[in-house]
Amino acid sequence: MAAFIIRRLLWMVVLLLVISFLTYIIFYTLPAADPVALRAGRLATPELRASIEHTLGLDKPWYIQYLKYLDRLVLHFDFGYSYQNSISVKSQIFDRLPATGALAVGGALVWLLVGIPVGIISAIKRGTWMDRLAMGGALVAISAPVYWLGLVSLYLFSKGLGKIPLFEGQGAYPNTGTIVSDPGHVIPALILPWCVLAASFAAVYARFLRGNLLETMSEDYIRTARAKGLRERAVVFKHGVRSAITPIVTILGLDLGILLGGAILTETVFNIPGIGRLAYDAIQKSDLPTVQGTVLMGAFFIILLNLVVDVIYAFLDPRVRY
Amino acid sequence: MALLEVKDLKVHFETDDGIVQAVDGVSYTVDRGQALGIVGESGSGKSVSSLTVMGLTRFAGNARISGSITFDGKDLLAASDEELRRLRGNDVAMIFQDPLSSLHPFYKIGDQLVEAVQAHRDTSKAQAMDRAVEMLGLVGIPEPRRRVESYPHEFSGGMRQRVMIAMALINDPKLLIADEPTTALDVTVQAQILDLIQRLQRELDTAIVMITHDLGVVAEVADDIGVMYAGRIVEYAAKETIFAAPEHPYTWGLLKSIPRLDSPRGEELVPIPGRPPSLILKPTGCAFHPRCFYVREAHTRIDPQLAPAGEAGNGDNRVGAAGHGHEVACLLPGQTRRALWAALQAGEVPDAALERVDVPETAVDREAVGEVLAPAPSDEAPVPPEETAP
Repeated sequence: MAAFIIRRLLWMVVLLLVISFLTYIIFYTLPAADPVALRAGRLATPELRASIEHTLGLDKPWYIQYLKYLDRLVLHFDFGYSYQNSISVKSQIFDRLPATGALAVGGALVWLLVGIPVGIISAIKRGTWMDRLAMGGALVAISAPVYWLGLVSLYLFSKGLGKIPLFEGQGAYPNTGTIVSDPGHVIPALILPWCVLAASFAAVYARFLRGNLLETMSEDYIRTARAKGLRERAVVFKHGVRSAITPIVTILGLDLGILLGGAILTETVFNIPGIGRLAYDAIQKSDLPTVQGTVLMGAFFIILLNLVVDVIYAFLDPRVRY
Repeated sequence: MALLEVKDLKVHFETDDGIVQAVDGVSYTVDRGQALGIVGESGSGKSVSSLTVMGLTRFAGNARISGSITFDGKDLLAASDEELRRLRGNDVAMIFQDPLSSLHPFYKIGDQLVEAVQAHRDTSKAQAMDRAVEMLGLVGIPEPRRRVESYPHEFSGGMRQRVMIAMALINDPKLLIADEPTTALDVTVQAQILDLIQRLQRELDTAIVMITHDLGVVAEVADDIGVMYAGRIVEYAAKETIFAAPEHPYTWGLLKSIPRLDSPRGEELVPIPGRPPSLILKPTGCAFHPRCFYVREAHTRIDPQLAPAGEAGNGDNRVGAAGHGHEVACLLPGQTRRALWAALQAGEVPDAALERVDVPETAVDREAVGEVLAPAPSDEAPVPPEETAP
């Protein structure tokens, strides 16, 4: 197991290097805007432009720039400075991470708490009105895009704007990093974003679990469990759900990894200063170091959580050994 | 009184394609300590009839069950779900075809056995584990104290079936239903498992219903044999009678399609042509008629019933251990049937036997006549009788 984890961590480093290289290439082939022009302003002299180009290191060939970037990153864990405002990318990311983390983890809790019971009930009560209602609702939730659902929920439920003002609304999220220092203020502001973010995930998880559980309940070992006279509750939960829920761990790890890299739509609709917004703004402004930083961090979370999932899976399913 | 008495059991499943008449009027009895073999191809309804005894077809949701099942004096079709649950694994236990998929992959063997004990007995986990170890030893698992800590995937197929048998017998059931217990196993392991079942039956005096498609298996284990076809028992007799003087063409087909050491050298194996019929649209008349070598026009219209067979006094109608005479559901006259079997025994192929024995075009065994259709065979499927689940 230890050897497996070490091997995977080494692979993670290789993957991150490849990803950083690809990001660089893409940035140079398809720039969104000219970072120098953006920084120099509308009435820039050629001298100013040249000086900016030199300061940012953009006057060197791209591979030199990349190697320098790698040098700083690998030797000093330094992600460079934003082209836009010269703030350290690392501090920007760490500044934004708590907001995205709170959004993603809280959202995951919401969709698990909703999706799992709904999936189980739908499977057990297959074909009844409960099943139809749940699966119909799931279809709606999957089909509703976050930006639409977010705006509708703001229109309906946000304080100051909504028809039924129940929750804090758009822009209620106080500031970057306050989830740690001021959770009492932040959590109410996150209720609506959590629900909006969780809606489609809850629907996917409910449908996934329902399908899994239905399949599991026709397994031979379920028949065995009944044949030995277990109560139906034990058959369903101890034998059925235990098997059917295991793959949920896999998709949960992946989804959480992706969201920790930034939930752009939800963050934008609710004006939450998270990683997703940071990345989005950076792309708009051709802010290469920030783009690199956010991409690498997103990739890091996805790879890391994949590893965590694999390790957890070995504990959940005794047939899996590394 | 018989331990298990199944009378006119019908199990129909409502599906989108129509009503599947999986079991369509099956009767049999099993006494204490006795073994009944139920033989038939896949899809003949042999498993469904046993799952219904266990109450397991109730979980299908679309099963309509009628007839009667009496176990130890109790009417099982009228029993509540909870009563049946207390019966399952305690008085009636079952082992299944595929031991690979019949154990839960995530739980240790010992825990799965403990669960079976604690479902019915109010014992501590340690006591239940002792019982599990004892049972694993009894079914021949080496080092049972250590092996209870293993997961199913760490066992071989034969070992897993031993575990299944241990789990089934852990609460001293009166009846063990074995549904194709050796089908998924190697031939050498098959023999071991059958020996084990027989040994345990003697030691624990458990009655057994052995379901199989393999006549070799029932030849080892069973006292009586019922041959099932398309949801019905078409021939029912003591084991010796089934092998020595079978009277149903389907039983002949089963016997002649397997090699035997004592058959004449060079004798050809004769497969049964065609495939088992659809249980939704059963053939009219005798369900076996589309595959029967000896079919006559009347057989496509008349539904045969089980009727006494064999010639009285010549030893054919030997009484089985459960007091069962030889019964067969075939419209051929008894004399004709016996002449045909004699020809087949002499090594004739069915066509030659048919030439040698005069099979009358119209004569039918009157005792076997059941439901009769109008002379002109209609295209419509027979309307299944209305059944309601209890």
